[in-house]
Amino acid sequence: MIINHPILGPRDAQEFTYLGDASLINRPDWQADDAAKQFYDYQYLRDNPAGEHRELWFHEQGDRSWLVVTRNTVTHEISKVELASDVARKEGRSK
Amino acid sequence: MRFSGLKVIKEALTGHKGWGPQWRNPEPKPHYDIIIIGGGGHGLATAYYLAKEFGQKNIAVIEKGWIGGGNVGRNTTIIRSNYLLDGNEPFYEFSLKLWEGLEQDFNYNAMVSQRGILNLIHSDAQRDAFTRRGNAMILNGADAVLLNAEEVRAEVPFLNFDDARFPIKGGLAQRRGGTVRHDAVAWGYARGADQRGVDIIQNCEVTGFRIESGVCKGIETSRGFIGANKVASAVAGSSSRLMSKADMRLPMESHVLQAFVTEGLKPVIPGVITFGAGHFYVSQSDKGGLVFGGDIDGYNSYAQRGNLPTVEDVCESGMAIMPMIGRSRLLRSWGGIMDMSMDGSPIIDKTHIDGLYFNGGWCYGGFKATPASGWCYAHLLATDTPHETAKAYRFDRFEHGYMIDEKGMGAQPNLH
Repeated sequence: MIINHPILGPRDAQEFTYLGDASLINRPDWQADDAAKQFYDYQYLRDNPAGEHRELWFHEQGDRSWLVVTRNTVTHEISKVELASDVARKEGRSK
Repeated sequence: MRFSGLKVIKEALTGHKGWGPQWRNPEPKPHYDIIIIGGGGHGLATAYYLAKEFGQKNIAVIEKGWIGGGNVGRNTTIIRSNYLLDGNEPFYEFSLKLWEGLEQDFNYNAMVSQRGILNLIHSDAQRDAFTRRGNAMILNGADAVLLNAEEVRAEVPFLNFDDARFPIKGGLAQRRGGTVRHDAVAWGYARGADQRGVDIIQNCEVTGFRIESGVCKGIETSRGFIGANKVASAVAGSSSRLMSKADMRLPMESHVLQAFVTEGLKPVIPGVITFGAGHFYVSQSDKGGLVFGGDIDGYNSYAQRGNLPTVEDVCESGMAIMPMIGRSRLLRSWGGIMDMSMDGSPIIDKTHIDGLYFNGGWCYGGFKATPASGWCYAHLLATDTPHETAKAYRFDRFEHGYMIDEKGMGAQPNLH
């Protein structure tokens, strides 16, 4: 697979390591009343769809940036690649 | 129809005209006591043991495609019970004992071959870990032998013993491990279940569950609604897809695992050998092909095919441990979809929906578990209590911190 890095251009997926569902960006609030329940959901449960999947890849052997890759889990086709920091900022996070 | 030597001779003399289909092809009834979704090894074994050991009648197995077309037909056929943890080892040893009596039990030649499995040791730390594991196996009634380098050399002299990076310092052997003809497992269970009245319904895809007031009343399928008192999922890599139809999110990701077969060779490998420094396991089929595999590709996938970097990695591991493998040619490879759970161990449990049961999360170790998985699932379905060897395989173990994490990797499915 080739991942089209937003800064570096097309890179071999072998340069990256895979973490999992991009929902892992959204770490729950540890002070919430139901924090234990939220962290259980966050840590262990996954949508695991057959089809389009937003997921985190780390450019370990490159610029060490985290990417949010939108990829089809049935065809392996990659339709969108974003910097995870941009995605997090868009969702209102400071970094 | 029972198979016997006499029957084979009689058929040979009369032109093999007396063999019939091994199972019926029935139309679905409007209602069953128990419906099992998934006509793979685990689903068919569950139906078989429900009918044979737990006296249940009125059972159906619903299969989207044809039986045995999923992971029971796409694995490296290894059986073993060399686990460390208390939640796992009694279960897998139960499974190995069932394998040992399986062919007599269901009167089908599954070619169970206890040719042994050898896990190679490459460092002092690994020797300590394998010694501990071997002791855990023995404590749970399994067999284990720790071998030193010379003993390993005497058994499998063709390995790369004096490699500078990964020298072989010994091995942990389980002599009762081995290989099985995987397709015959599905067929044998299917035939045995069918003979006891189980309806095996192929080409019937489940499109949804009918759930009323928190109770599962049956399934919607491509061939209409089928009612049931109990509905039991056993669909391996498709677990998340299926259970999402009941609005459940599972503690698992689906990943692709590749396996490989070379051209047929004369017998060279006596049993199953695993490389301890990388992830590589190899055995030789009765047809002569070397059957081997390694790591999963490492990203979520439902594609049933993998990518070339993993092929390269597996072949490098093979070359590192057994350089002569480089002289053989790869004949074919395939991918299967694994339901990789958050701790690398399976789930056999009720769900929060009454009448809906779940069996999955087998990661890439489901084949060896087939008989015990079927037996324990049947136990759960028939009695509503877990079998004593499967008590730890609960849904809520993640929430309460009772992980069964053999490799100690944490909640990262692609590392198990």
